[in-house]
Amino acid sequence: MWTCKNLWKKLAPLARSSSTLCRQNARGVLLNNERRLPLVPQAHMSSGTPGSRGDNNLYYLLVGATCVGGGFYAYRTIKGDKERYQERINEIASRPNKVVPEQPITEAPGEQAAETPQEIAPVTEDAPVETPEVTPIVEEVSPEVAAVEQEDPPTTPEAEIAPESVVEPAPEESVGTPDADPVVKSEPTPVAGSLPAETAEPQTTTETESAAEPATVAPAEVPAPTPVEFPSHAPYLLIGGGTASFAAARSIRARDPGARVLIITDEPDLPYMRPPLSKELWFSDDPSVVDTLRFKQWNGKERSIYFQPPSFYVSPQDLEKVENGGVAVLTGKKVVHMDVRGNKVTLSDDTEISYDKCLIATGGIPRNLQVIERAGEEVTKRTTLFRKVEDFKALDKVSRDTKSITIIGGGFLGSELACALGRRSADSDLEVIQMFPEKGNMGKVLPEYLSNWTTAKVKSEGVAVITEALVKAVSFKDGKVEIKLKDGRVVKTDHIVAAVGLEPSVELAKSAGLEVDSDFGGFRVNAELQARSNIWVAGDAACFYDIRLGRRRVEHHDHAVVSGRLAGENMTGANKPYWHQSMFWSDLGPDVGYEAIGIVDSSLPTVGVFAKATAKDTPKAATEKSGTGIRSESETEGTASSPVASSTPEPPPVLEQKDNYGKGVIFYLRDKVVVGIILWNVFNRMPVARKIIKDGEEHADLNEVAKLFNIHDD
Amino acid sequence: MSYCKQEGKDRIIFVTKEDHEAPSNAELIADDPNDPYEDQGLILPSGEINWNCPCLGGMASGPCGTQFKEAFSCFHYSNEEVKGSECIDNFRAMQECMQKYPELYPQEDENEGVAAGGADATAPDSSPAPVASSDSTLSSPTPESAPSSDNTPPTDSQAAS
Repeated sequence: MWTCKNLWKKLAPLARSSSTLCRQNARGVLLNNERRLPLVPQAHMSSGTPGSRGDNNLYYLLVGATCVGGGFYAYRTIKGDKERYQERINEIASRPNKVVPEQPITEAPGEQAAETPQEIAPVTEDAPVETPEVTPIVEEVSPEVAAVEQEDPPTTPEAEIAPESVVEPAPEESVGTPDADPVVKSEPTPVAGSLPAETAEPQTTTETESAAEPATVAPAEVPAPTPVEFPSHAPYLLIGGGTASFAAARSIRARDPGARVLIITDEPDLPYMRPPLSKELWFSDDPSVVDTLRFKQWNGKERSIYFQPPSFYVSPQDLEKVENGGVAVLTGKKVVHMDVRGNKVTLSDDTEISYDKCLIATGGIPRNLQVIERAGEEVTKRTTLFRKVEDFKALDKVSRDTKSITIIGGGFLGSELACALGRRSADSDLEVIQMFPEKGNMGKVLPEYLSNWTTAKVKSEGVAVITEALVKAVSFKDGKVEIKLKDGRVVKTDHIVAAVGLEPSVELAKSAGLEVDSDFGGFRVNAELQARSNIWVAGDAACFYDIRLGRRRVEHHDHAVVSGRLAGENMTGANKPYWHQSMFWSDLGPDVGYEAIGIVDSSLPTVGVFAKATAKDTPKAATEKSGTGIRSESETEGTASSPVASSTPEPPPVLEQKDNYGKGVIFYLRDKVVVGIILWNVFNRMPVARKIIKDGEEHADLNEVAKLFNIHDD
Repeated sequence: MSYCKQEGKDRIIFVTKEDHEAPSNAELIADDPNDPYEDQGLILPSGEINWNCPCLGGMASGPCGTQFKEAFSCFHYSNEEVKGSECIDNFRAMQECMQKYPELYPQEDENEGVAAGGADATAPDSSPAPVASSDSTLSSPTPESAPSSDNTPPTDSQAAS
């Protein structure tokens, strides 16, 4: 168009002059004709060409010359444009070369298609190694490929359609050739492996990449501490980098020699265990615990929350070639789409990774209260949803900087954090408040009498416990967070920790076509933890069928270990159902703890068998023996009501008053079958409990069953 | 004597030590040692090594897993008079590999490299709670003593050699 315009501009004077000439000739002829033949009518003029025959020839000549001139000019213009365009490309190609080391560029000219050698030439010439790290060969190919892609946006405004169509086949070709050439050139396998990924990338991102930013060439170019390179195919792909995922990785490696396992996690950390974040780490004497993340185990040995140090893992780019396989962790990447038919996943940066077998262990995200979400930024930035390492670090800082923290939620996490912070408040003037709708701590887990006992214990840790509290509204007033309860009470605090449950992460269900359970949430899987042919789910996100106890979803650490292991076994061909019952535990401060297994729901009828303090026991001796330390509080458990059992003993009246729930066993029954057991301050008996649940028998006298536990022994 | 009370649906029984002295008459179902569903100990019923046993910790799955498996298999199937005497090369290869990862395989005691490494690796595998750790490590079902007893001799004799 432009050239047409210019063309016309050039031609216009010619055209005008030629037409003027013609007209002048015509007039001349006309006049002549008029002089000679004044009587000839006008019509005579219109017949034939104006002017004389000689003039006609001149006219033809002029028009012909004009056309030829025009054609010649057009040709010259197009040629010039193409050259100008080539120059522009060279200029752009030289820009991304800042990341490109010299070495493989020498190979590149041979690699690229004939059309793009000019681009490679300047690439070879000016390749200043500006980045400190030596990026692998793949990265150099990809900037070139992407640079070729870059051609499209910058030149579109300038180029004609013709040059554009010339450009488009070029990227296709150069994209195609790197695929074939590495095979020929015997480059290391990661290049071959990752090239398809790299080529897939530029093609998908052509539209998204803007012309002016070679930086967007990217994932390969990010000057991060670790070069972000990933394999395009992982035989075992584990989505999620938590406990279940790690357990599965270990299981797979144990059973499949030389297995190559890739873990993808959106957290920046390597796999770690979660329980110490709300327990042991808070009780550590080490002031640098926030950085070291090390804690002392029950057996006195110290260890890190990370399952393995970084040297255990293989780096993602080495995964495909390392001799005996290994486990690689890709941090900071989220899987956003899953193509089950094609056996591949797509990450948030549009990379695709294909797999043979996949595990989904995405866990969940903490739930929040609607009233807090709607309360505005001043409140939400003073609210912690506790789950990850970064939450622990943040809360630790908050506990040192603020005067008052309120924990909303009376379950495991809420109570543990309350005890931990309560303990810390002993050394500082930190006020710790805990509020929840139930009547006592762990109200949904423990039978009422035990829940009351637990609440007393939490209070003794320095926590102001507000029971039967329903949060109605939260606002930020006068520099304090104000919580209004339904019954009218108002609590003013500096910071809120919301521990109100976990929402399982099932975003992949839609793209993967996986079923989500409506009762328990999470992905619905069978007893072998399988969702679909090559997909398993483990951990918090799995709603699985428990052969003994029915369909359930469990959010505990040991379950993540057990289900992760099982999923790993099944991914390597075991086909075993969920059978080994997982357990869980909780600590209320470092002195009191209980362990539990099975379905432990306070709505079920329970039978509790507790060791009775005899006349021989003094409260002090009993305290030291069982390690509970707060005998006195148990007096609040009310006086003994009239016993139902026929056997009425004659204990000393003083002791009868004290209902000491010091240690014992509590059975949870469903249709007279024991489905859950709590071991209250009784340790190392879990195998017995597991056996009882596994049998699933009806026992007439649970006291007899309780004998199996030897609760009176230490 | 024990006494009990009822609080709604919950029953509470208090028992003295004497109450629990008599052996229990509760009946438990006998375990099938060959139950395919059960978690097995270190040695499977077929005689093979269960590499996925929590008792091994991460030994079979770490960077030196292959070398460990070769060395341990050789030892396990060895019928020599001094068990494992022909496996010196395998153990040496394993030790060389382990020396490359001092963080994972602490080298406090050269001779007990395997035993110590196994014990240390066991801890990371288990959860930090009292029973939980013994739970995950003792993967064998309760009445079965054979697998766990099999577990100890190999490491002991390795330490000796």
